[in-house]
Amino acid sequence: MKTSLSWIKRYVPDLDVTAKQYMDAMTLSGTKVEGVEELDRDLDKIVVGLVRTCEAHPDSDHLHVCRVDVGSGEDLQIVCGAPNVCAGQKVPVVLAGGRVAGGHDGSRTEGGIEIKKGKLRGVESMGMICSIEELGSTREMYPEAPEYGIYVFPEDTPIGADAIELLGLHDAVVEYEVTSNRVDCYSVIGIAREAAATFSRSFCPPVIKETGNDEDAHDYVDVEIQNKELCRRYCARVVKNVKIGPSPLWMQRCLRSNGIRPINNIVDITNFIMEEYGQPMHAFDYDTVAGHRIIVKTAENGETFTTLDGQERQLDDQILMICDAEKPIGIAGIMGGENSMITDDVKTVLFEAACFDGTNIRLSSKRLGLQTDASAKFDKGLDPNTAEEAINRACELMEEFGAGEVVGGIVDVHEALPAPEAIPFDPGAINRLLGTDFPEDDMIAIFERAGLRYDEFNRAVIVPTFRQDIHRTCDLAEEVARFWGYDKIPTTLPHGEATTGRLQRPMRLMEMGRRVAEDCGFSQAYCYSFESPKVFNRLNLDANDPLRQAIAIANPLGEDFSIMRTTSLNGILTALALNSSRRNRNVRLYEMGNIYLPKALPLTELPDERMTFTLGFYGEGDFFDLKGVVELFFQRLGMTGEAVYTTDDLKPFLHPGRQADISYNGEKAGYIGEVHPKVRKTYGLRERTYVAVIDMPVVEKYATFDRKYEGIARFPVMTRDISLVVPKALTHAAVEGMIRQRGGKLLESCRLFDIYEGPGIAPGYKSMAYSLDFRHKEKTLEEAEVSAAMKKIMNGLESLGVTMRS
Amino acid sequence: MIDIEGKVKEIMENGLREIREAKDIDKLNDVRVAFLGKKGQLTSIMKAMKDVPAEDRPKIGKWVNDARASIENSLDLMREKLDEAQQEAFMKAETIDVTLPAKTPIAGHRHPNTIALEEVERIFIGMGYEVIEGPEIEYDEYNFTKLNIPANHPAKDEQDTFYITKDILLRTQTSPVQARVMEKGHLPIRMISPGRVFRSDEVDATHSPSFHQIEGLVIDRDITFADLKGTLDVFAKELFGPETKTKFRPHHFPFTEPSAEVDVSCFKCGGKGCRFCKGEGWIEILGCGMVHPHVLEMCGIDPNEYQGFAFGVGLERIALLKYEIDDMRLLYENDIRFLNQF
Repeated sequence: MKTSLSWIKRYVPDLDVTAKQYMDAMTLSGTKVEGVEELDRDLDKIVVGLVRTCEAHPDSDHLHVCRVDVGSGEDLQIVCGAPNVCAGQKVPVVLAGGRVAGGHDGSRTEGGIEIKKGKLRGVESMGMICSIEELGSTREMYPEAPEYGIYVFPEDTPIGADAIELLGLHDAVVEYEVTSNRVDCYSVIGIAREAAATFSRSFCPPVIKETGNDEDAHDYVDVEIQNKELCRRYCARVVKNVKIGPSPLWMQRCLRSNGIRPINNIVDITNFIMEEYGQPMHAFDYDTVAGHRIIVKTAENGETFTTLDGQERQLDDQILMICDAEKPIGIAGIMGGENSMITDDVKTVLFEAACFDGTNIRLSSKRLGLQTDASAKFDKGLDPNTAEEAINRACELMEEFGAGEVVGGIVDVHEALPAPEAIPFDPGAINRLLGTDFPEDDMIAIFERAGLRYDEFNRAVIVPTFRQDIHRTCDLAEEVARFWGYDKIPTTLPHGEATTGRLQRPMRLMEMGRRVAEDCGFSQAYCYSFESPKVFNRLNLDANDPLRQAIAIANPLGEDFSIMRTTSLNGILTALALNSSRRNRNVRLYEMGNIYLPKALPLTELPDERMTFTLGFYGEGDFFDLKGVVELFFQRLGMTGEAVYTTDDLKPFLHPGRQADISYNGEKAGYIGEVHPKVRKTYGLRERTYVAVIDMPVVEKYATFDRKYEGIARFPVMTRDISLVVPKALTHAAVEGMIRQRGGKLLESCRLFDIYEGPGIAPGYKSMAYSLDFRHKEKTLEEAEVSAAMKKIMNGLESLGVTMRS
Repeated sequence: MIDIEGKVKEIMENGLREIREAKDIDKLNDVRVAFLGKKGQLTSIMKAMKDVPAEDRPKIGKWVNDARASIENSLDLMREKLDEAQQEAFMKAETIDVTLPAKTPIAGHRHPNTIALEEVERIFIGMGYEVIEGPEIEYDEYNFTKLNIPANHPAKDEQDTFYITKDILLRTQTSPVQARVMEKGHLPIRMISPGRVFRSDEVDATHSPSFHQIEGLVIDRDITFADLKGTLDVFAKELFGPETKTKFRPHHFPFTEPSAEVDVSCFKCGGKGCRFCKGEGWIEILGCGMVHPHVLEMCGIDPNEYQGFAFGVGLERIALLKYEIDDMRLLYENDIRFLNQF
């Protein structure tokens, strides 16, 4: 919403504040000012001058030397280059030392351009005669200005007068952010009412005189509403003997400041009312309305209609149309039809002020791809009570401007109209909500300032229907708070029952994951939750892979953001690939984020959102470095049991020989592996890349922050190193398992310290060297005990085909 | 006799002189051997004792022992001195260039979003708030209806909300967690709820179709708008520094009434106006208000008995402001050179 300060002042005449004061105070009372453009900010010392003489410059073929009377008693000599300058004109003159806003080409110089006394081709010049562009405006706003040259005032303009004032440039255009609940503030009157309340000035809205001749509009037009739910009210009035012409300058100026181009008296009046009351209007050429009947009804599917901009529009059965006895003549609330538009030869005008359903207009306008000033007002949901006032105001202006003869009466079709609401006044409740102790009388004074009425007898606040946002005590509290000033409300801290501040358990586990990852050199990535279904092909997934069962967004931003991810892999690989393409070396990233697994598709209930801890890296390190990170994570979460790595369920996106599922306590908790070279390639990752994915809900079941001290061993350790020849297919897990099983309680630890294949070892075998620590908790071990344990271990290993390396 | 005494004295002085002149430990050892060794000069005098009358022996013995003690003492002192000198020389040779580059331990970096979130969590946990999360894929009912945003509200328009079905959507705000927590009915409530939210905005320097919010909710018998102001004032001062001022401007949210937007004084210029705050001196950081009684009612809380406030902060907004990040896209690129700066 945009409007000039001068237009506001038409309804708040005592508003004597600077633009800055206005901006700050309005923002603090709830009408946020987004910006202010002071039209005269770069203009100074500009007066009306009479060009007494105008002669050619002796040394130039386009300059003129003028003598200009600016009312100072002595004529000024001014050199002027404008082609249209001539003696007898009243023109805007910048005196020496004054400023203009820009060049005559319309370019603007912030801060303005100072005009000094000087010589132009040897002839002294004491100022400058200005074009409208030099005054910081445009012909768009001042259509009477010549296309090229200086601005010329009417002949009766007083010499020496303030030219800026006369042009209405001592003004500021203010832009507001109006919140969606304040439909009334999408109008100049609404904003003016707020301004009056904010500054405690009296509010003087238009007082509309009754208009119309002895005839009755009902004899001219008949209105029928077929879709009453989409059109709550339709008001029609008729003006005959119409004389098309320009609207008065003041009205043109108001429209200009709101960014609307003046056209003619009728169009200008409808636009003016739309801005003034926030009520869009439409003017039909009465003679084109067949049967002189207006029927409001929805269109048929597949129907087309040509709007007044000449475009053909596709209609459907949700779009409300204004029709005459034979055909549609306008799309309700959005745009009139070409077939009924006002032309210069119009004789009789049919004015419409209606109230259409906001949602319907919004959706229709969206489907049509046609947003107009009118639809933007309607889609907020207007107060049906405004329509009548607006149409009467339009007729009053028609009469005032002598633009036609208003026919008496109004055709007004509507169901029950909203009535003012009465809200019980409970000052105690208001103070309790705000934490204040405002006196009751002050509250009542505020209500009255804001345009609400206090009914003392019923102890209620009466809310006019244009205030669609006030229904309960809390709404009244807001009125009190914002006009009293939010800044005057005290600042306190809540008291009452104490509560415990804490993170929930899953968040503590996530925090541990972050710490472990970062301790191990992984930095945190944030990846998108939605991705492209093409990701599944990049990840080498089978056509029937369950991961392809993804939740699709009905209205995505594009294919790349169209499904909710079922695996976190794409996110981390994309992030690694970006780093790789930027030649970043040794990149380690992790992510803590949800994947979304539907319970059934299409969704009938919320999906399973599984927090997933994903680690990925390329550069220094290998599978086992990553495995170490996973195990450190489990250890930090008190998961002291053994994580089991199995390779029977191969994932197509991982290297078939370098991947494993990670199980804990018999439950799958994630997987780890090297990314399949084929998949790596689809991401453009040039180096071997490793990933680990941990399913946090499983980890959550087993994690604990409880710790128990187990004592420090007091008796000496006995260490035995053994070097084994092991069949190649036998895993470390199998060897270690056997050693631990046979080693029993005395075996404290078993550590693989070397693994070797090659010369000296028979093909099909590998050499593995383990260091075994034996210790007894309560005594010093004897050699014989250890030897016995070693024998058992070796027997066990032999059963697996393992021999001692000689 | 006198002869012997003079001889011992001479030996001693020679010994002490040689010790003084010794340049290294080897030389010092030579001196020890030459004077105190088995064939050393003092030893030989002791050996010659047998030729001395018995009554003189104790006297000579004392002279020799005194001389020995003196030489030994001097030897020890000298040895210590030489040892020290040798150590110094070693260390001197080992001198390193302390300006050589450090060996950086490989340590990961936390994402600025998380750092900002943890700051916020720290502040509110300290004030007794519990941190609670809610689903990112949410029912329309929780995201809108229970927050007083009825069907056909413009905010529900397709252009803002990603829908999955008619009733299920990607939450557009963390506010649905308010409704979920209130419904459980454990009062009083003091919670914050951080999380991911989604809006149908194309990616650019200031927009992302997915971003994060932190919702706050306090419900108790006597919670007031003044408490809301006080709480957020503490929050702003903790987050942006003790000099920070807050400004509450009336605004509208369907689920709070009265509602406000909160600006903080620009922490770069202190409110004078600079490029950072676009000359305003103030920076908008959050929206808040008193929980609308209808929202309380819909969640089964009697608004005549309980009231409270709610607020919502954009996490990325905080991170961008606090760490002076000029493009939101950086947060989702995960370039390690960006992450390494946090």
